[in-house]
Amino acid sequence: MSTAVLSQDTRAVGRGRPGVRWTLTKGPSLGLGIGMIWFSLLVLIPLAAIVATAGEGGWSGYVDTLKNPQSWAAIKLTVGQSLVVTAINVVMGTLIAWVLVRDRFWGKRLLDLLIDIPFAMPTVVAGLVLLGLYGPKSPLGINVSNTRNSVTLALAFVTLPFIVRTVQPVLAELEGDVEEAAASLGATRTTILRRIVLPSIIPAIAAGAALSFARAISEYGSLVLLSGSLPFRTEAVSVRVLTFIEGGDRTSAAALATIMLGVALLVIVALDVLQRRMARRG
Amino acid sequence: MIQRNRLIALTAAAAAVPAILSGCAASSGSSSDKDQLSIVGFSVLKNANEPVISAFQKTDAGKNVSFTTSYGASGDQSRAVAGGLHADEVHLSLTPDVQSLVDAGLVDKNWDQNATHGILTDSEVVFLVRKGNPLGIKSWDDLVKPGVKIITPNPSSSGSAKWNILAAWAHAANAPGGSDATAKDFVTKLLHNAVALPGSGSDALASFLAGNGDVLLAYENDSIEAKAAGDDVDYIVPDDTLLIENPAAITTDAKPAAQDFLDFQLSKAGQTLYAQSGFRPVISGVQTDVKGANDPSNPYPAIKTQYTIDKDFGGWSKANTEFFDDKTGIITKIISGLNIGS
Amino acid sequence: MVELSLPAKWAVRLLAIGYVFFLVGWPVITLTQRTFSDGLASFNAALSDPDVTHALLVTVEISIWAVIINTVFGVGMALLLVRYQFPGKRVLSALIDLPMSVSPVVIGLALMLVYSGRYGWFGPTLESHGLVVIFNSPGMIMATCFVALPLVVREVVPVLEEVGDDQEQAARSLGANAVQVLRRITLPAIKWAVVYGVVLSLARSLGEFGALKIVSGNLTGQTQTAPLVVEQKYNNFAQNEAYAVAFILVAISVLCILVVSLLRPQESTS
Repeated sequence: MSTAVLSQDTRAVGRGRPGVRWTLTKGPSLGLGIGMIWFSLLVLIPLAAIVATAGEGGWSGYVDTLKNPQSWAAIKLTVGQSLVVTAINVVMGTLIAWVLVRDRFWGKRLLDLLIDIPFAMPTVVAGLVLLGLYGPKSPLGINVSNTRNSVTLALAFVTLPFIVRTVQPVLAELEGDVEEAAASLGATRTTILRRIVLPSIIPAIAAGAALSFARAISEYGSLVLLSGSLPFRTEAVSVRVLTFIEGGDRTSAAALATIMLGVALLVIVALDVLQRRMARRG
Repeated sequence: MIQRNRLIALTAAAAAVPAILSGCAASSGSSSDKDQLSIVGFSVLKNANEPVISAFQKTDAGKNVSFTTSYGASGDQSRAVAGGLHADEVHLSLTPDVQSLVDAGLVDKNWDQNATHGILTDSEVVFLVRKGNPLGIKSWDDLVKPGVKIITPNPSSSGSAKWNILAAWAHAANAPGGSDATAKDFVTKLLHNAVALPGSGSDALASFLAGNGDVLLAYENDSIEAKAAGDDVDYIVPDDTLLIENPAAITTDAKPAAQDFLDFQLSKAGQTLYAQSGFRPVISGVQTDVKGANDPSNPYPAIKTQYTIDKDFGGWSKANTEFFDDKTGIITKIISGLNIGS
Repeated sequence: MVELSLPAKWAVRLLAIGYVFFLVGWPVITLTQRTFSDGLASFNAALSDPDVTHALLVTVEISIWAVIINTVFGVGMALLLVRYQFPGKRVLSALIDLPMSVSPVVIGLALMLVYSGRYGWFGPTLESHGLVVIFNSPGMIMATCFVALPLVVREVVPVLEEVGDDQEQAARSLGANAVQVLRRITLPAIKWAVVYGVVLSLARSLGEFGALKIVSGNLTGQTQTAPLVVEQKYNNFAQNEAYAVAFILVAISVLCILVVSLLRPQESTS
C-alpha cells in the first residue's frame, strides 16, 4: 500500500506530533455542539447533581467522610486493588493482544471469543460463578472468598477486555515494513519491540489502562458476593456508598462518590500525561 | 467489497430490530375495562405472591384486576417508590421502609390502623446450618463460641439485616443478668465471628450456599423455601428470637381495588397461601402443611420467648435511630470498631 | 514483522491462554455446566416463562439503541478529538472516560437526582410534558449509554492517531470535500476499530445490571431486563433458570464476536 518512507511519516504523525489539526468549521462545530448537549444531559448534569448534593454538607462533609476510618479503608482498598489490577492488565492485556494479532495456532479464535465475555456476563452471575470456582467449594482447592485476593480476582475478571481490545486494532494496523527495515539494519528483536512496536501501542495501552482503572473502581456486583464486604478488610467503596444511601444519608454518599470521581479524573489525567511523555520520547 | 456489503446488511438488520421489537416489547398495554394494580414488594415475595394473585383473580373482587409487580431489596423498593415508581400497594421487609413513604406523602399516616397494625406477613430470625447441623447449633450462645463462622447481612446496608442483629441484642439483654452493656458485648462477639457481611439477605444466602461459614442468620421463610428447593441445609429455630413483621400499605393515590386485594391477602385464603410459602400467618386459625418446614404438619411451632420490636425496643423509629443511625447508632459504632484483621 | 524466538513465543502463548482460561474460560464452562445440569429442563423452563422472554427482548432493544447512540457519539467525538483543535479538548477527553468510573449505585442516584418524576431537577417538568424518563425506556437507554460511553471513542482514537492523516491531507489537496474524505478515507480506515467498539458496547450493554436495577424499577414483564431477571430467579430459588438466562446473554455476545471474527480478513503474520 504505502512505501516504507510514507509509513514512517504516518508513524511520526501518529506519535504525538500533532501534524495538521484543523480548526472547527461549521459542520464539525455543529457536531461538537450536539455531542456536548448529549454529553451534558447524560453525564455532566447528573454528575453535577451528585457534586451539588455532596456540597450540601460543605467542606466538612468531605473531610468527615475521609476521616471516617471505615470509608477511608474502603477507598484504600478499592483504589489500591484497582491500581494493582490495572498493572496486571497492562502486562497481560498487551500479551494477549499480541498473541491474538501476531500468533497463529489452533484455537486462537476461541481465545478471541472469550475476551469479551466478562462484559456480557451480568456481574451478579460473574460473582456467583467465581464464588463457585474460587470459593469454599473450589474444585482446585483455591479459596479466595472473603479475602483481599477475591477483590483482585473479581476486578481482573471484569477489566480483562479493556487493554486487549484497545491494543488489538492498533497492533493489527501496524505495518511490518519499519520493523523489517530495522531488522535488516541489524536491530535485535528486543530493540525492535522496544523502540518501534511499543511506542506505537503506548497510546492504546494508556487508553485501555484508563478504562480498566475506571471500571475497576466502579465495580460492585461481582465484588459483593466474593469479597464478603468485611468492614476494613474487604469492603469496597461502592458498598459504603450504598450503606450511606440505605441510612438516608445522601450527602455522605454523594461526598464519597465525588471523592471517587476526583480520584478517577486524577488517574485518567495522569495516564494521559504519561502517555504523551512516553510517545514523545520514542 | 464483499465484506463491506455484508457489514451494511448486518447493520441494516440490526437497525431494523428495534423497530420490530418495540412492537413486541410494548409495555403495560392495559385494557380499559380492567383495573391494573401495581404491587411493589421485597425480593422473596415473587414466589409467594404468584399464587395469591391468581387466587384473588378468581374471586369476585379480583375478576377484572390485572397486576404489575416489582420485586427487589426492601430499601431499594422504598426509595424507588419515593422516586416516582408507581405503586398501589407496597409490601416491604420492615416498617421504616414504609415510614419513609409516609414521610414522602405517598402513604397515609394512618396506614397501620387496621387489625394487624399494618403487618401482612410474619417470620422469625432463625439459624440456617449445614444439613445435619454438624456443629450442633441450638441457641444464640452457641453462635459466639470461638471458631464458629457466621454469615449475616450487614445491617448498615441491608434494612432486612437489622432483624438479625436486634434479635441477637434482645437475646443478650433478656438473658439472666443481661443489660445494655452485656448485649453490646454479645453483638460485638457475634460480629467478630462473622466471615462475611454481605450487602443483602439474598447475597448472604448465596454466600452460605456456596460453602462459606457454618451458620447463617436467616429468616424462617427463606429457610423453608431453601429446604423446599432441595438445598443441603437445615434450620434451627432458637428458643428465643425476634418476630419479623413485614408491613404492607396502600398508597394514597391507589385504586380502590388495592384495598380489596389487601383484604384478600389478610383473609384466611390469602394467609394460607402465604403460609405455604414459608410466612407465619398474622391471623389466627390458619392451618396448612408447609413443604420445606422442619415438621411440615406443624410448620410454625410457637416460640418460647418471643421478642418484638414494639415490646422490646419501643418501636422501629426509636430502634432505628438508637441502633442504626449512620453516625451515632450503637450497631454502627460496633461495626466501625470491628477493624478485623486489616 | 518481528517474530519472537520460539521459546518466547510459546511462553507468551501459554501465559495468555492460561490466564484467559482460568479467569474466563473455566467460569464459562461452569456456567454452561450449571445451565445444563438437568439437561434442557431449566433451559426450556426459562424460555417458556413469558417474563424471561420479555426481559430478553427489553435487554436487546435497550442495548441496540444504546449502542447506536454510543457509536455515533463515539465516532464523532473521536474524529473531533484527533483531527481538530478546540479549547477544552483535553478536558473533554478526560471527561469522556469518567462515566466508566462511576459505580452503578451512584449512576442510579445521579440519574434519579436529575430525572426523577418526583424530586428530580428536570424530572417533574419533563413528565408534565409527557416525557417519562425514569422507570421507562429513555432512562434505561441513558443508563446503558452511560456505562458504555467511552468504549467506541477509546477504540477509535488510538487507531485514528496511528493511521495518521497524510492520506486525508492528500485527498483534500486533490479537491475532496470534508464529507468525501470522511466517507472514503477516514471511516474505512477506522472500520475495524469501530466494529470492535460496537461489539464491546453491545456486550457491556447486554450485561448491565446495577444502574438499571435502580433506573428501571424492575417491573416484571415490563421494564425488567435479562440481568435483573437472572437475579430475581436466583433469589427465588430457581437457580438453574437464572444460569440459563445468563447463558443466553453470554451466547448473544459470543455470537456477535464470532460474526465479527468471521467477517474480518485474517491477519497475516508473514
